[in-house]
Amino acid sequence: MTILGPILMAAVMIIPIWIAKMSDDTKTIQVIDESGLFYNKLPQTANLKFKYVLTDIMKAKGNFKNENFYAILYIPSAVMTTPNTIRLISDKQPALSVKSYVETAIQKELESLKLNASGIDKELLKSIETKVNISTIKLQEGREEDSSSEVSTILGSVAGILIYIFIFMFGTQVMRGVIEEKTNRIIEVIISSVKPFQLMMGKIVGIAMVGLTQFLLWIVLTFGIVNVFQQIYPELVKFKTETNTNNVLNKNKLDKSIISNADIKSSSGEQEDVKQLFKSIGKINFGVMILAFIFYFIGGYLLYASFFAAIGSAVDNEADTQQFMLPVTIPIIFSFLMTQFIISNPDGPVAFWLSVIPLTSPIIMMVRIPFGVPYFDLILSMVLLVAGFIGSTFLAAKIYRTGILMYGKKTSYKELWKWLKY
Amino acid sequence: MDLLKVVNVSKKYSNHLALDKVSLNVPENSIFGLLGPNGAGKTTLIRIINQITGPDEGEILLSGNNLKPSDVEKIGYLPEERGLYKKMKVGEQALYLCQLKGLSKNDALKKLKYWFEKFEIQAWWDRRVEELSKGMQQKVQFIVTILHEPKLLIFDEPFSGFDPINANLIKEEIIGLKNNGSTIIFSTHNMASVEELCDNIALINKSKKILDGKVYEIKKEYKSNTFSIDCSNSENNFNIQEFLDKRFAVLSIDVKNDALKIKIKIPTEFNSNDLLKNIIPHVNIISFNEIIPTMNDIFIQRVSQDNPN
Repeated sequence: MTILGPILMAAVMIIPIWIAKMSDDTKTIQVIDESGLFYNKLPQTANLKFKYVLTDIMKAKGNFKNENFYAILYIPSAVMTTPNTIRLISDKQPALSVKSYVETAIQKELESLKLNASGIDKELLKSIETKVNISTIKLQEGREEDSSSEVSTILGSVAGILIYIFIFMFGTQVMRGVIEEKTNRIIEVIISSVKPFQLMMGKIVGIAMVGLTQFLLWIVLTFGIVNVFQQIYPELVKFKTETNTNNVLNKNKLDKSIISNADIKSSSGEQEDVKQLFKSIGKINFGVMILAFIFYFIGGYLLYASFFAAIGSAVDNEADTQQFMLPVTIPIIFSFLMTQFIISNPDGPVAFWLSVIPLTSPIIMMVRIPFGVPYFDLILSMVLLVAGFIGSTFLAAKIYRTGILMYGKKTSYKELWKWLKY
Repeated sequence: MDLLKVVNVSKKYSNHLALDKVSLNVPENSIFGLLGPNGAGKTTLIRIINQITGPDEGEILLSGNNLKPSDVEKIGYLPEERGLYKKMKVGEQALYLCQLKGLSKNDALKKLKYWFEKFEIQAWWDRRVEELSKGMQQKVQFIVTILHEPKLLIFDEPFSGFDPINANLIKEEIIGLKNNGSTIIFSTHNMASVEELCDNIALINKSKKILDGKVYEIKKEYKSNTFSIDCSNSENNFNIQEFLDKRFAVLSIDVKNDALKIKIKIPTEFNSNDLLKNIIPHVNIISFNEIIPTMNDIFIQRVSQDNPN
């Protein structure tokens, strides 16, 4: 997994670009325009060409198999009054992107024709169209800071997801380790040399170390592989930066060309967006962000790993873990599901409470931090998380030291409660 | 001098009393058998001695001092439920387990080498544990248990999982350890090995100690002055009752080829010589034995006496 992981991750980053490039073959659509309104009017792109022919639709259909067209676009003469009679004919289902491109192009053309017919100047209409782009400013200690809700959203979600994955992956690894020691029957050999608490903490800390190493290795290797790829295929770099920007702005290439063709948005406005985006990325306090991430990463893991260790000690095999897993996984999944809500309201009372309660704080607080969190909330949350994992470790140790020596009996919650009181 | 003293130890698990004021003295340089039916509380007692769990009442003294955490280095424990990490290499794992007991890496390596050669498993050093047979894994575990040369060794069912040849090997090693000055506590259901090995025993039943002492003294106490005589007689319709003292009771007479096997119980004021004097004039004695109860008999007798139903 250590080696395979980064390769897969790099593949996830590279292959879509690769495929996107590969499928960039030119499609030509045969246009039969009975209305005569669209001759050479439909905008072409690098991948999509139109060939206007004067032929009968029936004949074109008959010849379709012999000719190498992607599709036939049939525009009947009464298109102005009945635009829904337009047909895109092909021997296979045309791609959705092609269909919507053609739709948009015809729609624009028809609109413009109708505008002309009703005497409204197209230029006038365009000057009326207004695009508003509000800049968000964060007041911090008297200073004004440009900020970007988009960047905060992305950073918060990514941090939350990473912590979620880490807790689940390595928490269950702790649990499996404990079960393994139990089913191997090595546990009694070991705890005649070390205290059960030492063994449990050793396992938790050890797996955290393995996990962090693996995680760092993943990140380094993934970027390493992607970088090597960029060196080998420089043209990919160019393409990549372009797609990256587009991705951030949530548009794909095809859309972009339509939009620029349709002139909804001036290109200068778009550049302004990108500029502001980079500016606000620079404004995020990465020092705090990274420190907090490491803290909640480790704190959240320690909190949950001790629960997972206790579950592992209480059962004889992995199949029996189900009944105890539920109460432990619910808060993790709950906080993961709440991230969307927290992003839309990062300062509300729900966000506050979820980000200070230790069971949910590792994920929720990481989502909140990019939006700016009062120091009081942050410190309270950190103190409670430390208290939380000390408490959970204490409880887990009690279950653990009894559980590891119990065999054959299916454990109930009542039983666990008794072990807590020993 | 007692190496280990268990004084009035009680242990309660929620509503089940696992040990009820149990006291034991394990003399130094002896083999001590801890006996009892399943679920009697032996394992709980052993776990308390190993500081895996603590007693609710009472105390444990090792060489006269209360047990402390560092005493784990003075005790070697081979649990009944024993295993190894399956994916780890044999040598690596043995080394790790020995270092847990406080041995330095070099010491452990040197000693492991010696024992691996002695048990003829040196070729398995770099193999994974899961490739080993069960008996071989048991050998590794035995080595790991004794390697740090603890004063006190505790074996819980040490012979389970061994074939007779290897069981014998282990038995000889246990005797060897005793001769080298170790004290051994030995928990088993194998009564034959108890008789062969143990100097002292304690019998635990239903959380209580019901019997303890030196093996030969216990046997003496439980013998019933019964003798087994193999003899032959030329007369055809020989009746032993005619010449036997009326106070001696014949328990059984078996005819075996041309010999007779007779069991006679005599009152405690008589001894074997009195019996011999009584019968020698009438028969040719082939063999004469006192019937001494086996530990197995004593175990069954005491436990069933204790559990009336």
